[in-house]
Amino acid sequence: MNHGLILLRSANWSLPRPAWTALAVWRRNFLVWRKLLGPSLLFNFGEPLLYLLGLGYGLGRFIGEVEGLTYIAFLATGLLASSSMNTSTFEGLYSVYTRMVPQQTYDGMLATPVDVDDIVLGEMMWCATKGLISSTAILIVALGLGAIEGWQPLLCLPAFFLTGLCFAGPALVVSAISRSYDFFAYYVTLVITPMYIFGGVFYPITTLPDAAQSLVSMLPLTHAVALIRPLAAGHIPAEFALHVAVLAAYALLGFYFAVVLIRRRLIQ
Amino acid sequence: MQNTSLVIEATGLEKSFSGRAAVCGIDLRIPKGGCFGLLGPNGAGKTTTLRMVLGQCHMSGGQMQVLGQSMPAAKKAVRAHMGVVPQLDNLDPDFTVLENLLVYAAYFGLRRRDVEKRAQDLLAFVELSDRARTRIGELSGGMKRRLSIARSLINDPEVLILDEPTTGLDPQVRHLIWNRLRSLKRDGKTLILTTHYMEEAERLCDHIAIMDHGRIIAEGAPRELIRGYSEPDVIEVQGAPAALEQQLAALAGGRVERIGETLYCYTRAARSAVAILEPMSDITYLHRPANLEDVFLKLTGRDMRE
Repeated sequence: MNHGLILLRSANWSLPRPAWTALAVWRRNFLVWRKLLGPSLLFNFGEPLLYLLGLGYGLGRFIGEVEGLTYIAFLATGLLASSSMNTSTFEGLYSVYTRMVPQQTYDGMLATPVDVDDIVLGEMMWCATKGLISSTAILIVALGLGAIEGWQPLLCLPAFFLTGLCFAGPALVVSAISRSYDFFAYYVTLVITPMYIFGGVFYPITTLPDAAQSLVSMLPLTHAVALIRPLAAGHIPAEFALHVAVLAAYALLGFYFAVVLIRRRLIQ
Repeated sequence: MQNTSLVIEATGLEKSFSGRAAVCGIDLRIPKGGCFGLLGPNGAGKTTTLRMVLGQCHMSGGQMQVLGQSMPAAKKAVRAHMGVVPQLDNLDPDFTVLENLLVYAAYFGLRRRDVEKRAQDLLAFVELSDRARTRIGELSGGMKRRLSIARSLINDPEVLILDEPTTGLDPQVRHLIWNRLRSLKRDGKTLILTTHYMEEAERLCDHIAIMDHGRIIAEGAPRELIRGYSEPDVIEVQGAPAALEQQLAALAGGRVERIGETLYCYTRAARSAVAILEPMSDITYLHRPANLEDVFLKLTGRDMRE
């Protein structure tokens, strides 16, 4: 019997081998999203417009320039990163959990050639796509308001997707080990919100005490901001490769652990 | 040795969940064509067995070939040729009836233009054509079940696995489903079915395995099982006094069981038993041939299961 348990565990830890069927999972979510296009886009465009007008202009009047940017540009380029994080995270928590537990969508998929590896990859790509959509909406609003300009901000698009991927994995891990929606509060309040507040979205991390700075610089959102803000503002990011590598590493580790834990939950 | 006339060949199949044994080393040989019934009380291990067949749960021990391929290594290839009607409907509530079929087809890598006609035909097959644009939440239980059956056929599977396909449905829907399952059988598909309804098993199945506590305790064609495990006649007597019970028990070739007010007399001497009962005016009785339910209760007992 112990032998059986060990086998069971090792099967769950085997390396994921996702196939093209992951695209069918992505497409399923896309088709559902398309049905609710109106409210989704209103949310995607309306929220940042209010933030940028209200906080950017309102606070910007008192703050003036930050790191060589007007405050509205500084805020907009920070929100580009945090919006991918938030959108991807919430998709990976609430929507994935809904499909996994109450709707049993994955159980339906597991009767077809789609397997857990494909589901996780498809879901992560979908979370990243939603992150990309929401950040792109902010980019359009910021361009419309004249907070940023030129064509170079378009180079941010792949970075939005990468940021979304980076946060999708951990969100799926949390979904995989949660017994109800309430459990998400731990992750959101203890992990996501602190990153949002301290990760350099609203003010430069250099204003933090030294100890806090070194802690904050290990967090993925800090790297996403450090990558996206200069790109959107028309500069080449310093340590470009480092930021990309950190985000990609979080994405890959998140993918692996999400696969293992969702196998454990669904395959047993 | 691989046997191509078998859709499933398993030996010593085992499954335990953190030390609790659910399936304890069963052998399964399910031939191509016809309907195979897996019967047993709740918790007997039926659903776990089917999940292992589909590679939806790890095997703790044993070997299994499905459609000539080793499981669980070949699970994706195997599932491409399987249709599954799960015990609990897991239709996609975010889509309409027709969309459910089209989206599901995509999981098999089938393209919309190739399956659109097939999806319409399947809706007609389960009499849901007029509901194509209805959302799942608006369907009745019977409609959901029928849609689940249509969905399980979208990839034109060789083998159809049905886990309690008619539980909780009204007689009209059950008869419609039985009718459709028979027509699938005629088309040469292999049906593997679990059910709690012995009448359903007797009507549909060519071969039956009865499971209890993770083991297969009897196997055979429904008629063979009835012949092999039960006396041919059953007489149910209401309000029988104790003296009558002894009288009936004394008849050769039978056994008597009392459940509350009812006496069940399983007998090879039905005529003698009826001769005793007929003159008695203060009792009522029912004489009927033995059926699969009698066999099932004899083998698995009358204790309730969780």
